[in-house]
Amino acid sequence: MSLDSTPKAIAGPANFVDERIGAGNFLKRNLRKVFPDHWSFLLGEIALYSFVILLLTGTFLTFFFKPSMGEVVYNGSYEPLVGVRMSEAYASSLNISFDIRGGLLIRQIHHWAALLFVAGMMVHMLRVFFTGAYRKPRELNWIIGVLLLTLALLEGLTGYSLPDDLLSGAGLRITEGVAMSIPLVGTYITFFLFGGEYPGHDVISRFYSIHILLIPGILLALISAHLILMWVQKHTQMPGKGRTEQNVVGAPFYPSFMAKSGAYFLFTFGVLALLGTFAQINPIWLFGPYTPADISAGSQPDFYMGFLEGALRLMPAWEINFLGHTLALSVLIPALVPMGIIMTGLALYPFAEQWITGDRSEHHVADRPRNNPHRTSIGLAAIAFYGILWLLGANDWISAKFHISLYTTTVVGRWAIFIGPAIAYFVTYRICIGLQRGDQEVLHHGVESGVIKRLPNGEYIEVHVPPAEDIAAHVLGKKRIPAIEAAPDGEGIPPKGARGPLGRLRARLSQTYSADTDAISLDGHHDGADGHHADGHHAVNGAAPHAGVGAGADKESTRSIGH
Amino acid sequence: MNSITARRRHPLARYAVLILALSLLGVVYALAAPVGDRADAAIASGKADDVAAGKDLFAAHCASCHGLNGEGSYSSGGGSGPSLVGVGAAAVDFQVSSGRMPYADPGPQAPRKRLPEWVNQDSIRQLAAYVQSLGGGPTKPSLESVDPSKGDPAKGGELFRANCIQCHNFVGSGGGLTYGKYAPPLNPATPTQIYEAMITGPQAMPVFNDTTITPDEKRDMIAYIVSVRQQTDPGGSGLGRIGPVTEGLVAWIVGISLLALAAIWITAKKRQVNHD
Repeated sequence: MSLDSTPKAIAGPANFVDERIGAGNFLKRNLRKVFPDHWSFLLGEIALYSFVILLLTGTFLTFFFKPSMGEVVYNGSYEPLVGVRMSEAYASSLNISFDIRGGLLIRQIHHWAALLFVAGMMVHMLRVFFTGAYRKPRELNWIIGVLLLTLALLEGLTGYSLPDDLLSGAGLRITEGVAMSIPLVGTYITFFLFGGEYPGHDVISRFYSIHILLIPGILLALISAHLILMWVQKHTQMPGKGRTEQNVVGAPFYPSFMAKSGAYFLFTFGVLALLGTFAQINPIWLFGPYTPADISAGSQPDFYMGFLEGALRLMPAWEINFLGHTLALSVLIPALVPMGIIMTGLALYPFAEQWITGDRSEHHVADRPRNNPHRTSIGLAAIAFYGILWLLGANDWISAKFHISLYTTTVVGRWAIFIGPAIAYFVTYRICIGLQRGDQEVLHHGVESGVIKRLPNGEYIEVHVPPAEDIAAHVLGKKRIPAIEAAPDGEGIPPKGARGPLGRLRARLSQTYSADTDAISLDGHHDGADGHHADGHHAVNGAAPHAGVGAGADKESTRSIGH
Repeated sequence: MNSITARRRHPLARYAVLILALSLLGVVYALAAPVGDRADAAIASGKADDVAAGKDLFAAHCASCHGLNGEGSYSSGGGSGPSLVGVGAAAVDFQVSSGRMPYADPGPQAPRKRLPEWVNQDSIRQLAAYVQSLGGGPTKPSLESVDPSKGDPAKGGELFRANCIQCHNFVGSGGGLTYGKYAPPLNPATPTQIYEAMITGPQAMPVFNDTTITPDEKRDMIAYIVSVRQQTDPGGSGLGRIGPVTEGLVAWIVGISLLALAAIWITAKKRQVNHD
């Protein structure tokens, strides 16, 4: 018996299944699917695997959780609450924590997994954004991702409200306030949601259905669509040797990527188990049962809601009367505007970029963030905007722990929310340009070899060697950012797309968006040679065949920054 | 026996008893209070010597702000202090035993700090006796009235949540207030200090007198605070017990960092030698 033939015990059942399902061909084709190897391409899997763990631990929790606001007197093992009246939801959450074997561990893993689910989505999204991987043909998958992130926030909110503890009640109260502030329909929505006057007797069971059925169902469907689209459209790859728009360089799904991905699931599970074991999260027994009369200092939501909390804390107390209706702008603006700016901005960015650059072509090779400085700067400005709101969501702790006056944090935050993103934009832009110049330096001058030579005339020079082939290929993967044709023709008439106020704006944006990458070119052209670097130049010339690839080496317009 | 019984029922007997009692009181008062109005203080807070010793301590350590007779002072350049007439021995015990007074560096609020050399059980008692003698006020509670083991933590917890946590946080981790003031963490406070804080209302804190919260209820609250702060966190490290802020930090700094490192490790490979 040779090792090449399939053992009968496997071949038989496999054949039986294949004859009925016919998956053999599909698997044969897809198991060999190639995945590129780059650490940042695994970040999305943090979210995926956290979601799997959320489903499993969540199922365990549903076995023991009672989504009811009926009042009971606690009589469990947690001494400081014995005899206290509370909702059944809170009492059953306490029971899960103290009286059900492994309950506290599972609860904590569930909550940590929720944090890593959203955090994983965020880092994954940032990777996709900064490498331009959302570009055609992946815009729809990008929008699915934005939807997933939005739904995850809602899933989190409904989830941490369920135990009906005092902290979650604070979140519920804000939810009520936000719903109430919506013009015209606010009160109706509030009464519909809470089944009457706040807090009512329905909201926990309603949130329960939403949290364990509705949103997870939609999440599951969207995640499947997200993965299928990724599979069909194939993965993007970072620029490098032999990587083109037509191929994917990497390892096949089976066995290589499957092993890596499986290992990564175990890593995710391991980190979550570690956190769930050693770091206490959401200690509801310390918060006490919810009553609308009580509120604690330092009430914060989970981190992904922090930016909304911060917006609410920064907002001045504006309230206007419009045609006999009170508009609570102090709640409406912080609840809707930052969310709108961030989520709508994310969803529209691929299309806005296409409009500005006029680029309708497909992209499968990702950008290095430095090579599209304006995009990267916009991303960092958005991070600064989000980050400042997020930070100010904890301004009472900043005030208490660092002894800064609370009002000072608010006033500083109100300025920083406008100035911070501008500074982030400018600084990031300069850093990107600096990194590009560094790249150019490496290509033109080579890499310092550490060898010092003494010339016959007594001068010392350091020998530069050409960069390693793969690094050079990675750097040379830079592409020029396209721009629309905006220059007027011979008779002074601008082209079609650049007419009118909107057209002129578009032309201007387009010029700016693509501008500096023209000036900093990575071609192999190098003007002039200073005598004292003669040896280094000689070495660099050896790299010229690589460096010259694809870039117009003799272009007059090219300005060398090398010296 | 009969005669006493008869005279006891005499119409003037009640007045005679009243006069006798009053004069007895007067004599005792005159004997026990050689320094006049400080008798009640001496009775309430210790020996009469304490008042005299306390006055010396007061003059040395407190009078620069609170005035030579505890009448208070005001100067725009700092160094002003409120009148201490009527604040009581409890206020002195709280402020001095927690290191808040004497105030070293005037700011929005006196912080808890290390006790100066001269502060000990005796000097605090003497100082308290002197301040008590100025105009009465709440006195230091007995050890029994602050004993956590005699309180009901569950009942105290409800009172704590209704009255304290809006500034001091769920578990007494403290919190920020306006204009640089803050509600301090309750962990370092002794049961006596917690009780005294409630009856004297130090700094930004309101007074919770015995009609608002009865002494028994105060003891229940102390029982809750002490039981929760002594509790070993069942879920691992408590992360400072300040809620989701530190949890979010840990999720990013520990969780995401570890997983990013794992991703880098999994996808790392040696640079391959080119064979073609």
